[in-house]
Amino acid sequence: MNYGELLKLLAPESILALTLLLVLGADATFLSGRAPGLRRAVAASLTVAGCMGAIYWIFFFPIHGHLFSGVLVVDPLTQVTKQVLLLLTAATALLTLETAFTPHVGEYFGLQLLATLGFLFMVSSEDILTIFVALELASLSLYMLASFAKGNLASAEAGLKYFLYGGLASAFLLFGFSLLYGLTGETLLAKIAAKITTTPRDPLLVVAISMVLTGLGFKIAAVPFQLWAPDVYEGAPTPSAALIASGSKLASFFLLEKMMTIGLSSAVGSGAFHALAAGWVPMLAMLAGLSLIVGNLTALAQTSVKRLLAYSAIAHAGYALLGVIANSSQGFVALLFYVMTYGFTVLGAFGVVAVVERQTGSDRLEAFAGLSRRSPVLAGVLFVCLLSLAGIPPLAGFFGKFYLFAAILRAGAPSLGILWLVILAIALSAVSLFYYLQVLKQAFVREAPLELPFSVKPSTQLVLILLALCVILFGCAPDLLVSKLLLALKAAAPGLVF
Amino acid sequence: MLAWTIYISFLGAGLLLCLSSAHKSAARVIALLSAVGGFIIALAGAWASDGRLQEVIRISWVPSLGLRYYLAADGISLTLVLLTGLAAVTGILFSWNIQHRVREFFAFYLALIGGVYGVFLSFDLFLLFVFYEIAIVPKYFLIAIWGSTRKEYGAMKLALYSFIGSAMVLIGLVAAYVVAGANTFDLLELAKYPFPLGFQLWVFPLVFIGFAILAGLWPFHTWAPTGHVAAPTAASMLLAGVVMKLGAYGALRVAMTLFPLGLLAWQKPLALLATTGIVYGATVALVQKDFKFVIGYSSVSHMGFVLLGLMTLTNIGLSGAVLQMFSHGIIAGLLFAVVGRMVYDRTHTRELAVLEGMDLGRALPFAAVTFTIAGAASMGMPGFSGFVAELQVLIGAWKAFPYYALLGGLGVILGVVYTLRAIRKAFFGEHPAPPEPGHEPPPPITLPERLGSLILLAATVLIGLYPRLLLDLIIPSLNAPWMQHLVNGGRP
Amino acid sequence: MPARRADLARGFTQGLSFLCLALVLGISGAFVPNGGLQAIERHAWISALGAEYFLGIDGLGLVSILLTAIITPFALFAWRPPEAGAKIYYALFLALESGLFGAFTAFNFFHWFFFWELSLIPAFFLIKLWGGPQRARASMQFFVYTLFGSVALLLAFQVIFLATGTFDFIRLAELGRTGALTRALTTKLGIGEIAAQTMPLLAFLGVFLGLAVKVPLGPFHAWLPPAYAEAPASVSMMLTGVMSKMGVYGFLRILLPLFPDQLRQWQTPLLCLAIGTIVFSAWTAMAQKDLKRIIAYSSINHLGYCLLAVFVVVQAEGAAEHKQAALDGAIFQMFNHGLSASALFCFVGWLEQRGHGLRGLDDFGGLRKIAPVFTGLMGIALFSSLGLPGLNGFIGEFLIFKGVLALQGWAAALSAFGLLLTALFLLTILQRVFSGPLPDKWAKLPDLTTAERWIAAPIIALMFVIGVYPQVLMGIINPTVGFWVTTMP
Repeated sequence: MNYGELLKLLAPESILALTLLLVLGADATFLSGRAPGLRRAVAASLTVAGCMGAIYWIFFFPIHGHLFSGVLVVDPLTQVTKQVLLLLTAATALLTLETAFTPHVGEYFGLQLLATLGFLFMVSSEDILTIFVALELASLSLYMLASFAKGNLASAEAGLKYFLYGGLASAFLLFGFSLLYGLTGETLLAKIAAKITTTPRDPLLVVAISMVLTGLGFKIAAVPFQLWAPDVYEGAPTPSAALIASGSKLASFFLLEKMMTIGLSSAVGSGAFHALAAGWVPMLAMLAGLSLIVGNLTALAQTSVKRLLAYSAIAHAGYALLGVIANSSQGFVALLFYVMTYGFTVLGAFGVVAVVERQTGSDRLEAFAGLSRRSPVLAGVLFVCLLSLAGIPPLAGFFGKFYLFAAILRAGAPSLGILWLVILAIALSAVSLFYYLQVLKQAFVREAPLELPFSVKPSTQLVLILLALCVILFGCAPDLLVSKLLLALKAAAPGLVF
Repeated sequence: MLAWTIYISFLGAGLLLCLSSAHKSAARVIALLSAVGGFIIALAGAWASDGRLQEVIRISWVPSLGLRYYLAADGISLTLVLLTGLAAVTGILFSWNIQHRVREFFAFYLALIGGVYGVFLSFDLFLLFVFYEIAIVPKYFLIAIWGSTRKEYGAMKLALYSFIGSAMVLIGLVAAYVVAGANTFDLLELAKYPFPLGFQLWVFPLVFIGFAILAGLWPFHTWAPTGHVAAPTAASMLLAGVVMKLGAYGALRVAMTLFPLGLLAWQKPLALLATTGIVYGATVALVQKDFKFVIGYSSVSHMGFVLLGLMTLTNIGLSGAVLQMFSHGIIAGLLFAVVGRMVYDRTHTRELAVLEGMDLGRALPFAAVTFTIAGAASMGMPGFSGFVAELQVLIGAWKAFPYYALLGGLGVILGVVYTLRAIRKAFFGEHPAPPEPGHEPPPPITLPERLGSLILLAATVLIGLYPRLLLDLIIPSLNAPWMQHLVNGGRP
Repeated sequence: MPARRADLARGFTQGLSFLCLALVLGISGAFVPNGGLQAIERHAWISALGAEYFLGIDGLGLVSILLTAIITPFALFAWRPPEAGAKIYYALFLALESGLFGAFTAFNFFHWFFFWELSLIPAFFLIKLWGGPQRARASMQFFVYTLFGSVALLLAFQVIFLATGTFDFIRLAELGRTGALTRALTTKLGIGEIAAQTMPLLAFLGVFLGLAVKVPLGPFHAWLPPAYAEAPASVSMMLTGVMSKMGVYGFLRILLPLFPDQLRQWQTPLLCLAIGTIVFSAWTAMAQKDLKRIIAYSSINHLGYCLLAVFVVVQAEGAAEHKQAALDGAIFQMFNHGLSASALFCFVGWLEQRGHGLRGLDDFGGLRKIAPVFTGLMGIALFSSLGLPGLNGFIGEFLIFKGVLALQGWAAALSAFGLLLTALFLLTILQRVFSGPLPDKWAKLPDLTTAERWIAAPIIALMFVIGVYPQVLMGIINPTVGFWVTTMP
């Protein structure tokens, strides 16, 4: 083990940490007392530069390795995922420019970077100890991000709620991890899996799986662990909510997938309709089904767009879970594709919401009336993003869903036992069109009471347009990402047969 | 070359979005040019075709899933592509007077057209599905923004019905893809795979009905009247003219082609639904008070003939069904144009009782004559395209289920009665109310309207007198090997 | 065409109708009376449907188009629409004429049905737009009844096509003669045993219904009196003079050759229907007060004779010469009734113009004194209608009765009542309208103008010519009928 190598493998993370210090330092020293706009601009540029630097590094120095036999894993798959995470953070930082809820500019951007750092470690860890630490790093940053608008009661409430629920979930997770350790005496996922096969099936194992799922289910906001999500999405500052919905989701799903398919690969079970068998698949299938139903049906009744996006996020967690349930390499790729493109999409949607909220002071449905007249660009981005969320081709959301369905069914082929879940998912996506159209109806059909054009920062416009273009591009040519992910997965785990 | 029908439409839509909203006439011209371009390409394609399958483009799209970008056309596709071109051009002519958000209107309109072209030309089922769904969204906005009478309700109902239908289709397609295990969505390759009977028995009705919802299959037709009524003229022309055909086309091309055993098992029940639709639509049209509802329900009735024709599983019935798709597309489009554009835009009412007092026959003689001729075509008068089509469908039906053919005859009679009733009430009211003082006569029919009407009238008469033009395209494509079970009474 | 140029439209239309007449006369000049089909034009149309453009004439067809060509200009001259909308009137009129020509010359069902229906639409609108006060109801009834028949006819032909694969009348007649049609209908349709047995009957009934509504044969006649009564004079003339002949034509052209077995099987009930139509329509006519309605019912009555002849000749026994006579008479009667009924409607129309819209039987009286020309000409038409020897009407009815008497004596005897009643009500018209005291309000009623005299003269002349020299037509009809009778199974 040589520290030079460690530094190389951890270079992206290190770059990010340095950027974090730079942002904090710059804001505290020569920018202090300057106009908040300038401070935000500098902090955002630094954040973006840091993220881009890290991406650049990964792109040009593709070094791979397993440190400490799996405590830190750097392989093509984690690298791709990290690049996407960094992109999402960069975009979030740029969208933060639209908001002016806090004087503590440096801290806010710093926390974003810190959370991202946590995400990167979550992606790279295959040891339950480091997993937990990385998770807590990300979570604690996110709690603070959620409650950052100190003058706003809703934000404080959101932060508190997030923190309380999150703390409880962490406790469950920790308990689950300790049970796993107790059962197997190992902390590395692969070794845990190996031990479980040799141990006779144990009720304690079921408890352990349930605990782990509770903890991770909280992170991905799957029903019944979703209660925090609507309040946090609505109350937290919009960029924070965007990060929770995009980057955090991606990292958590990556983690969940690894946890299940590597760590618990010998306790899979079956979720087929006529052949249920104990394991984590039926549990996740239950979570997925519940998330789909609750998320989609509750979203129907929302009048706040952020809450609507929260419930839709719960529903989307349900879709993404299909990829985990598939328990196959195709399922993994489908899951990643889905969550990555979901990240872009939801960022775009939150970006538009942020602008509308700043200009009209509200995120109610009516605030979006006449958007297509007041700002055609924003309306266009919203159009693309929401329709992608609804799963309308040729947008990324459609292909993502389709890929998930195909993957989960193919994993069980030729039996169609899991078809019940697919039918549920497809049927509810028809329901989801209704509420997305409610927003678009306001934006395109209704007339605004006063049709003043919105003033939107060029940077915001640029980011939003880029995000929308990504959504369209990955919808029309999904192979750009899919083939990359497949190759990465193959390289990361040659002979990988889930 | 045919693929450019799709590209031109989408390019036109994109161009319109880049245009400043002040340039209204430029928007109209761009839209018209795109539509005409598409139509000309469609004509050229049909001219060069002998009805057999010809590949347009076939490249890999997502290799890991076996998805292809595969466009091709046989006679059936070409017939419907032609219809789409006609409907697109005339629809734009009939929306020439739109003043409200012109550029967006035509952008949505062209996007819809592009999606429709795509469906008719796709031979990869995934691609077909993609285009099928692309067509859903513009419909919603066309109706919700530019419609009338409960437009948001009608638009949402249509969007949800379409989406639910497509969800059913998606379930079936994904299941078939997985079960066949060939890692392909290629229609012709999947058609070769013998799906197990038990599988076909549930997948066939799922996919068929999923598509047929959009074709107005009774009892899933309820979106049609409200949607048609709420839509602006051009959109109702497209809805009745083209979008309903998407459903019937999908049912034929996907459900019936892939699942022959399921088809045989469900043939009778579906034929019964189709026949019920014929009679039901006609009966309900008979008692409507709103002019547009009459046409809306008549569409349900006429599409019943299409579905009945499909279910006959005979050469003559199927070619009749495809011909009826074309014919109804043109005739319904024309009827909606008269009702929506010529009458409603000028009188601002569609209540038959009110129109009865207006003596429109004298005020708008062109509209009256057009509607009368279109009405005659719609009621299946010989010499118009509808007659040949319904004749073929009924002959096919006699072969397969004679009693339904009799009911179809009843539908024809009812069709005459409600059409006459509408003509009489709308244009030849017996007791014209004295014009109110200060009442101005309706503005005269404009040139684009005349042009559009003449194009559609010419098309229906041409096909009515010389149906070979289309039958020469349709019949060879029915002889293709993968269609054999469809024309042999369901046996391979 | 500009709306105000009604004169131009009229001139154009009249010119065209004369052109048609000249053409038809030319055709009849070239016609070789040999019983076969001539002037054939035949092109493939829709191969999948066995539809052809198949045009030709035989004796029956020639007589029919002659009638059409004569009545159309007569009707055009007899009545003029108001200036507004006149061009539409003339357009519809020409469409009607072309529909009629087409239907009388087509030898493929598809082709024939096209024109059969094509003639319906202009007729509907002519009644609807230029008719009397009850026109809406009348036109609707007319259209729906006829269309109901058409749909039945169409459905029947769909079955026939399915069984035989052809729409060709000649071919179908051949199949009908040999009984192959019935066999095909029973065996070629892929349906259950019992349904298959009734299929020939169903097909027969469908065709029968379609034609019977058009003629009309009781009890399918309810549409006729209001339609004839409400239509303007010219349209009534076309309706009764030509359109009602389409039904008879159909009976002769389609039903008789295609379904000899079924006709034979149902001969007695059919004869009863025909006799009922003859007697009861005459009876009803006597109870009418409206002149137009009286003539309308007399039309039903007269065409009943034609059908009587058709139903009589289907029986196997009986001498060919009687059958020949009956069918000759039927075709003759078609032509004659066309002339006399349209003339009567024309005169009633003129009377109505003079009587300020009144046309009741009791509204007039004594017109003989002030309008002698009118009285004379209309009297001739009336006598022609009731079959006075020397005028055209006589020959047809005589031949029919001659044939029927020999073949089914009882039927002739019963229908003779109808003859009697017809004479009664026609003479009643003569008496009530033209003789008796002249009411004061009609003292100034003008006689026929010169123009009107010129319009009526050719028709009246034709009545005499045919009455005196029936050979003009007989030469055309006879060979065709002879051919039918010899090939009859």
